[in-house]
Amino acid sequence: MKTLNRRDFGVDLGLALAAAILLPATSARADDMDVHIDNFVFQPAELKIKIGTTVTWTNRDDIPHTVVSAGKFRSKTLDTDDKFSFTFTNAGDYKYFCSLHPHMTGMIKVE
Amino acid sequence: MSGHDHGDDGVSRRKVLECMTWAGTGVLWTVTGGVPRSLGIIDSAQAATAAAPGMTFLQISDSHVGFDKPANPNALGTLEEAVGKINAMPTKPSFMIHTGDITHLSKAAEFDNADRIISQSKLDVHYVPGEHDFLDEEVKFYRERYGRGTKGQGWYSFDAGGVHFIGLVNVVDMKAGGLGNLGAEQLAWLEDDLRGKSKSTPIVLFAHIPLWTVYPEWGWGTEDGGRALEYVKGFGSVTVLNGHIHQVMQKVEGNVTFHTARSTAFPQPAPGAASSPGPMKVEDAKLRSMLGVASVNFKQNEQRLAIIDTPLQG
Ligand SMILES: [Cu+2]
Repeated sequence: MKTLNRRDFGVDLGLALAAAILLPATSARADDMDVHIDNFVFQPAELKIKIGTTVTWTNRDDIPHTVVSAGKFRSKTLDTDDKFSFTFTNAGDYKYFCSLHPHMTGMIKVE
Repeated sequence: MSGHDHGDDGVSRRKVLECMTWAGTGVLWTVTGGVPRSLGIIDSAQAATAAAPGMTFLQISDSHVGFDKPANPNALGTLEEAVGKINAMPTKPSFMIHTGDITHLSKAAEFDNADRIISQSKLDVHYVPGEHDFLDEEVKFYRERYGRGTKGQGWYSFDAGGVHFIGLVNVVDMKAGGLGNLGAEQLAWLEDDLRGKSKSTPIVLFAHIPLWTVYPEWGWGTEDGGRALEYVKGFGSVTVLNGHIHQVMQKVEGNVTFHTARSTAFPQPAPGAASSPGPMKVEDAKLRSMLGVASVNFKQNEQRLAIIDTPLQG
């Protein structure tokens, strides 16, 4: 009765390592944030970030999802383990949802 | 599976539901005029169709061709099995409807594969799209294949066997936090389509996401589905067929019977029975009992609708 999530820790570690090597220590990317989609839920559902932060969504469900904020950003369809990143350059509240499963909603607060 | 006679007594509805909880494969309906009755699950259904030939059609849904995750690594294979079941039916149905999610990711190859298998049934197929069929960048693959002669995003109607069939699209323009959506343009078309129809004309509405609210917490319902149902309320017999939730659910409200179909690809949990509506992993031995097709038999001059669910495997 449990849905399956795929978590490829090997890949995540590899990416983290690559980022550590390629980016200078002072990079703003140090503050970059992740949102995971697990069991049809954006986690964390609400995120407070600073201007310039890049948020990366990763779909860890067996079902495709999207990340859409009307007029602001729109991901392609994210299949299992696909990622979408967006850099927030303006302050404000960004309410977003999955256009396939509109009951899935989230919020990014940029200050 | 035999020995469940849903024929002609007052408890048939309870028996239908009882069967549905454990029967896995498909539905045979006999409609005319109104009260839904099931003829039985596949064996008895076959006997019943032979005994009482009426206009019969099949419903198939949620094939998710391209899905390859553990819940069913071979969705194309189980679709092929379902078509095999259809081809083995003693009475060839008049046509088939597919209530959406033909593909999993709207890829051209997925549409090609689905078409290759489904066409082996040699039946006319009337489609409506699921949200998984509208995922390509330009949202054109579904419409180029199946949208010819349709209105708007792909809605249409046709008549068969004295029944008026209406295919609706409720997977576009969904709003944050909301459910499925028909939209003003489609509702206006629907109202117009029904105008002047005799109230004794049996109506079958079919769409991907349930037109009634099954479980809003999982988005299982249609925001403006109630508007569509308003337009058909005055008709003597209305049948609403949906997919999307990958399980059989049925409800009767006045003259309206609501029915959802199984998937041919993977099961989903009962509302609230899991942390999400995602694919449900079951033992391999059990999978085929939770997939299936549905067929509907309209019998002229009889006040009954028979629903028979036919699992891929008992
Ligand atoms: Cu989603």
